[in-house]
This record gives sequence, structure tokens and C-alpha cells, in this order.
Amino acid sequence: MAPATAAPRAPAKENGKAEATIEPVLVVSGLRAYFQTSSFGVEREVRAVDDISFHVGANEIYGLAGESSSGKTTLIKTVAGAIRPPLRVLSGSVVFDFRGRRVSVYDSDPQVMDEIRWKHLSYIMQGSMNVLNPVRRVRHSFVDFAFRHIGRKMPEFMDIVRTHLQRLHLTPAVLDAYPHQLSGGMRQRVTIALATVCRPEFIIADEPTTALDVIVQNGVLAMLRDVQREIRSSIIFVTHDMAVHANLCDRLGIMYAGRLVEEGRTADVFKAPKHPYTAHLIASLPRIGYVAARKGLEGTPPNLADPPSGCRFHPRCPLAADICRRQAPPMTWSSPGHRVACFAAATGSAQ
Amino acid sequence: MRGYSVYLLSRLGQFALVVFIGINISFIVTHATPIDPVEQSIAAATQYGSTSPEAIAMMRQSLRELYGLEGSPWEQYLSFWRRVAVGDFGPSLSAFPTPVSVLIWRAIPWTVGLLLVSTVITWILGNLLGGFAGYYRRSSLLRFAGILAMAFHPIPYYIVAFLLLIVFGYLWPVLPISGGYMMNMERAFNLTFIFSLLKHSALPISSLVLVGLGGWFMGMRSLVSNVVNEDYVTYAELGGVKRRRILASYVMRNSLVPQVTGLAMSLGAIFNGAIITEQVFGYPGVGTLLISSVHAGDYSLVLGITTVSILAVSTTVLLIDLLYPLLDPRVRTV
Amino acid sequence: MSRVLRDLFRYNREFAIGIVLLAFVLLISAASFVSPYPPNDSFVVPPDLPPSWPYILGTTSRGQDVFWLLTFAIRNTLLFGFTVALLSRILSLVIGLVAGYAGGLVDRVLMSINDTFIVIPLFPILVLFYFVMRDRMSWALLALAMSCLGWAYDARLIRSVAMSLRTREFTETSIFSGMSMRQILVEEHLPYVLPIVFSTTMNNINWSIGLEVTLSVLGFTDINTPTIGVLIYWANQHTALVAGVWWWILFPVMLVIITFVGLFLLAVSMNEYIDPRSRLSRVGG
Repeated sequence: MAPATAAPRAPAKENGKAEATIEPVLVVSGLRAYFQTSSFGVEREVRAVDDISFHVGANEIYGLAGESSSGKTTLIKTVAGAIRPPLRVLSGSVVFDFRGRRVSVYDSDPQVMDEIRWKHLSYIMQGSMNVLNPVRRVRHSFVDFAFRHIGRKMPEFMDIVRTHLQRLHLTPAVLDAYPHQLSGGMRQRVTIALATVCRPEFIIADEPTTALDVIVQNGVLAMLRDVQREIRSSIIFVTHDMAVHANLCDRLGIMYAGRLVEEGRTADVFKAPKHPYTAHLIASLPRIGYVAARKGLEGTPPNLADPPSGCRFHPRCPLAADICRRQAPPMTWSSPGHRVACFAAATGSAQ
Repeated sequence: MRGYSVYLLSRLGQFALVVFIGINISFIVTHATPIDPVEQSIAAATQYGSTSPEAIAMMRQSLRELYGLEGSPWEQYLSFWRRVAVGDFGPSLSAFPTPVSVLIWRAIPWTVGLLLVSTVITWILGNLLGGFAGYYRRSSLLRFAGILAMAFHPIPYYIVAFLLLIVFGYLWPVLPISGGYMMNMERAFNLTFIFSLLKHSALPISSLVLVGLGGWFMGMRSLVSNVVNEDYVTYAELGGVKRRRILASYVMRNSLVPQVTGLAMSLGAIFNGAIITEQVFGYPGVGTLLISSVHAGDYSLVLGITTVSILAVSTTVLLIDLLYPLLDPRVRTV
Repeated sequence: MSRVLRDLFRYNREFAIGIVLLAFVLLISAASFVSPYPPNDSFVVPPDLPPSWPYILGTTSRGQDVFWLLTFAIRNTLLFGFTVALLSRILSLVIGLVAGYAGGLVDRVLMSINDTFIVIPLFPILVLFYFVMRDRMSWALLALAMSCLGWAYDARLIRSVAMSLRTREFTETSIFSGMSMRQILVEEHLPYVLPIVFSTTMNNINWSIGLEVTLSVLGFTDINTPTIGVLIYWANQHTALVAGVWWWILFPVMLVIITFVGLFLLAVSMNEYIDPRSRLSRVGG
């Protein structure tokens, strides 16, 4: 459906980020993952990830934004190789490059993936309430996840864990607690500590702050940024909260209905959004001193089991033209490092 | 610790309620009948022999006193409780003058042994197999086990015991089908006696296991297939935690928690099954004693066994409830 | 409703097998209406004949045709199961809905009583009941006693569904529009719990038939009304197995096993059908 222009190799050298290297750590190309179910004779296919290509550079925080059920979580689950039926990968590839060690997620042995996990690629999940085993102490999670990668004797390993926790301003006493004894914010900090204890090159963070209140949220974000600076890993950060993206991410990808619709450096996207949907997301952010009512977007996100023809955004788009109904817009470069999938954007800015 | 004491108190309260309601049901059942149970018992006890009228009158008098049929209903109720509290159900009619409590005490070890062994086997095996079946959904061997479990599960204890009796008693007589150990054997702690014990318990235990297995199997399978989708399991998989570790410490460990409550809840039904199974195989436990006391018209023994059963089952349930926090830290530490 | 049944039949193997087994059992029980012999007459046919034409399942030592006797027995057994299930449904529905709806103290009190009935060993109590009733023990009395004792497990299931309904918006709306608790429960909540009531009915019939068979085999019921259990009781009384009259035992046992498995499969498939996750993947979320 979408043309081949969508697979960038090297991002153009940009003046903003000197540390972004030429070789990306993660390259996703042409990825398609659908939910296919069949129950009592009713067959359904939900196109949650539909032909998505992007890359993430070393030491970069890549933000992924979009409404709920836009396919963000499915996309990163697929990137992490954490899919289970009925979700299936139909085509495309996910390739990591951990300092020269190339791993293609869907062409590798499960053993290779297990070796990679946590040592090079870790994950911070949505819903901090339930990611830790409720019937065992936190200490066991550290042992289960990290012990085999660190390669020391147990007392030494526990010392490393304690030092790591202290560096993140957590008391080592949490190791002897059960998850239900910790507050939501505390649990998410513990999860971040768990995800970073092996100093992985790549971290996938799926709405890690969504369930937390704003004060706690800021603390957790600050912690995540600090630890990222220290261990210099790349992060994919998923949230629907545009304010968080503005504060945290180097580059930003916008998803709508299972597709990537715009991608660029965060500052560029916020300053000059090219896709009408991005423009709407940014316009709905509250600003101090701005009293006019926020304009909601009419209509609802499309049903991914039966997506609209052409551009999936056209039923809700104020700029929709005839061509948008018939044809899916290709991803094209609008300026160096900034691409968008919109026919209207080719003729002018969405604003 | 506060969480634990709240839990403890609520379980003790539940225990008291079970005993209270259970004993009351026994009282109501025995006292709301239009028939005079004493006359019934006397008729049943004297049906085969010629007993002198004086003896019958004495028997009647002692029975009426013993079973709290003297005085106002309120006095009857209180004396009923008094007897239950001290465990005094009077002498047995069919084995006069042996006290009922002696007969029951003699039978209890058999029933406890049978129940303990078969329940432990059933619970562990059923949960293990069910857990594997829920985790390795594609294994055809485990699917077949699932079908077998589904086929045996709905059949009542009596029928399965009866089928085993037919198979091993008539068609292929390799196992003893009656009694607790070989007749006329001296009860001593030696290998021959223990072997005889094991051999005689083989069929009762197998039939209890066969029926019970399916329930735990299917329960565990569906629990596991839910737990597999919990975030902490997905997260452990993302963390590359070893499969075996995930299955044991994450999936099984969490699924077992409700199965312990399930064990407490189904103990009454398991006990029913044991009674019937004992009767089929003539196993010398409480069940066989109960059935034969009904046939012998031994009112005091029937009443005694019923109340002791209620007390015993509810006490065991309480014990399981008290062990439960060991498995679930959420109750232990709040 | 007919579409639901058709879908179940076509796509759920358990349901299809269950329906076929039950249809077979019902057919046999329906045959009792055309039986050439009354159920309680004995020595109407030559005794102890093995299965052969015209006595296709053989004859008993009491000179009864096993096949025709079986038709009466299974009819009474099924009727017994339905009666107990129907009566105990009323109890479990009322208690489950009220506990789930009211919550709080009412819920705690009702569920404590409920758990008590789950835990208490019912069999000795039923035996005690028979013991004091003796000859006055009848089919209907036993059904009544078992209904009073066998509602608890299902009340707990119904309560859990009712609890989730309590927090739904339409319940709030009904409360604000001034409906009484009875109206809300009967008009709003009852339709939602009916599927689970149906599946518990199947399990309850199984439970009550199982106990009835057990009690009858021991002779602890009215042994003059033929049920499957009573049939086996008489066969045991005549030591049918030792005497080699195996058909007197085998066919009733087989038929009752078919009934158990059939009912159980229906309950299982209904459970799967009403499971919210399976429902979600069918209609879409």
C-alpha cells in the first residue's frame, strides 16, 4: 500500500543533536502485524500495525504518540518480539544493532532473543500495578531478570543491585517488599531500576507514567531521563500525553489507526506540524493564559477491523479532498529529517 | 500483622458459623420429624429378637434421656448442644453397650488416611497436569488428558467406585475389593501388614483420585490460561526469564492461590465421596460405619457420625484457611 | 436464541456431543409412555434372560424387561434432577442477586451462610434425614431436602455476576429513576445472569442425580419408585453380578453415565460461550 520511500537509512546530519550517530540502533521496515481471530465462526482481522517503517539512533529518545487504540502498544510489542496469537506478524522486519551485534527479531532463534533480553534490550511496561510477580518479593524479580547477565556470585550481584537502587535514590529495603506493599509511583521506580540494572543499549517504555498522578509522574520521568543520560541507551517512549513528549523526546512519531502519519524532530513537529492530525493533537494541549475552549476532534478513531479507504484519517479531516478517499498517502520527506503521510501537506502546512 | 489478625478472626468466625449451622441442621432434621426416632430405633433394634417388655421400657427411658427428647424444646436443644460439646452420644444400640464415641474413634484413622492420601495425590496431580495443559496448549497428550478428565469428572463417586469394583473384582481380580487389610491378619507394624494395607487401599484411593482429578485439572487449566495473560508473566517473558522459571514461580505459583481456597470449599464434597467409596469397598472407616448403622437402626451412631463429620470437615477447612496466607503474601502483609 | 443454539451446535464440539447424548437419553425416557408393562409390575416376562429379541436389554431376576424398566427409571431420574435444579435455582438466584446488589453487611452475612452450606458435608445429613423419615421418605421430600441444601455454590457464582452489574451505569440510572430493589433485580439484572443460571442448572442436575443414585443404591430412598439408582439397588439385592445377570447392572450404569457426560458438556460449552473474552473476540470490542 505505502510506497518504498518510507525506509530511511541514515538520517540527515542535523545541527541539533551532535550525539546522534549515523548507524541506527533499531531499524523497523515495512512492519505489518494483525490480530486474526476466529470464534464460533466469526472471523476478524484487526490491522493494528500496518506497514510501519522507522529507525531509532544511538542515545536517542524516540517518542511515539497517538490516541488510545491507535496501535502504539501493539507496535512496540511487535518491536520487542513479544507477540502471542491472535497477534501475528505478516511482513516486514525489526533489526537491532547492539554495538555491532545485529539481531533480527523475527529471524533469530528464541535462545538468541532470550540472551539479548535485559542485557541489551529491556522494557518498561504500562500498568506498573501488575508487572511484578504479586506473590514473590521484589528481590526475586531482580534475580530472575538480571542475575544471569551480570555473571557474578549472588552476594556480589545483590551488592550491584543495591548500589544501582541507591544511585536511583531508592532504598534497598524495597528488595524485601512484596509489590502490593509499594505505592504505584514506587513500583514504577522499581520497574525502571529493574529495566536499567543491566545497563541495556535499548529500552522500550510503554506509557510508564500514564497511571501515575502528575507529581509522581514528573519524578519518574526525571529519573528515567537521568538514568538514560548515565547509561546512554536509546529509548522508545510511548504515551498519548503530548506534553510529556515535548519535554522528553528527541524525535517524535505520530501514529493514527495503525499507521505512522508523521515523524520528525520533536521541536520541528511542535513548531510546524505537517499532518492535520498532529496539528490537532498539539492544538489540544492546554497553555497557560490561553482561555479559549480546546477544540475536540469530531468523530471517533476508526475501527481497525474495517478501516476507511484511502487515508484513514479522512473521515475526520478538515482538509480531506477527493484523493484522500481513494488513495492512501505515501510517506514523503517534507524537509530534512521530517516526513509526513498527507496529500494536503504536500501543498502547504497543516496549520 | 494487622492484616493477618483480621483474616484470622474472619476465618474463626466462619468456622464457628459452619459448626453452628451444621449442628442446628442435625437438630432440626432429627426433631422436626413426625416420627418418634426412639420408637423407630426400638422397633428396628428389637425386630429380630424377642426382647422382654421390661427391657424395652428401660431402653425407651434411657433413649429418651440420651437423645434429649425429654423436657421442653428449648431444654432439648440445650442438652443436644451439651452432648455435642462433650462428644457424648451415649452407647451404641447395635453394639450395646460400646459407646458411640469409641466406635467412631476406631473408624476415624481409616477415613483420615484414605482422605489424606487420595486428596493429596488428587490435588497435586490435578494441578500439575492442569497447569501444564494450560501452559502448553498444543500438546496433544495433555489435550487427551483433558478429554479423560472431562469424561470422569461428572460421574459420581459411587458409579466410578462401582465400575472399579466390577473391573477388579470380577473381570480381572488382582486387587482386594473389600476390607482394610487381609482378614485374620495380626495388626502389627511390619512390612506384610503395611503391604496388605496398601493393597487394600489401592481401589478406594484410585476411585477417589479418578473422580477428583478432573475438577482440579480443569480448574487449574483455566486459571493458568488466564494467568498467562497477566502483565507479570508477559513482563517475565520480555525479560527473557527462563521458561521453566516462568511456569513454576510465576504461572503455577499464582494459579495455585485460588486452588487452595478451592480445596477448602470442596472438602465437604470430597468427604461425601469418601463415605460412599468406603461403603462400596467395605473399607472400615466412618462411611461404612455410617451406612451399616443406618441398616442396623442405630440412631445414636448415625447422629454421632453426622455431627462428628460436620465438626471434622469444618476443622480441616479452618486448618487449610490458616495455611493459605503462606501462599498469598497479600493476606499476610498489608 | 435459535441462532445462538445453531452457532453453538456448529462450532462447539462439546455442545454438539452434549446435545446428541442428551437427545438420546430424552428419547429413551420418552419411550416410557409407550411401555407395554407398568413400571412396578414384576414377573411379566421370563426372568434372567440375556439381551435378545424381543428383550433387547435382557430381563431382570424379578421378571422385568430391562429396557422398558430403564425408560421409566431414567424418566424419574431426570425429573428428579430437574425438580431439584428448578427449586434450588430460586434460592440461589434470590440470594445471589440480593447479596451482589446490596453488598456490604448484607453481602457478608449472606455469603457466610452460603459458604457454610458449601462446606458442610451434605451426605451424612441426607442419610440422617432418611434415617428419621424411613418409610415416609418420598421422591418429592428428597427433592425438597436437596434443593434446600444444594443452592450455595451457584448462589456464589450468580453473586459475582450481580456484583459487576451493580457498578454498571444502567443500574445507577434505574436507582435514580426510582425503581425499587425488587424491580431492578427482576427487570434489569435477571436477564444478565440467565446464561450463568443455565450453565449452573446443568451442573446442579448432575449433582442431584449423582446424589440420588448414590442414596437409592444404598436403599436410602423410596425404593418402590423406579429410578436409575433404585434399579441398581434391586440388582444388587439379587446379587446380579455374582449371578451373572450383568445386563441388569451394565445398562443402567451406562445410561446414567451418558446423562452425566451430556449434561456436563452442555454446561462446559455454555460457560465457554458466555465467557466475556470469547464473546469479545466474536462481536468485537
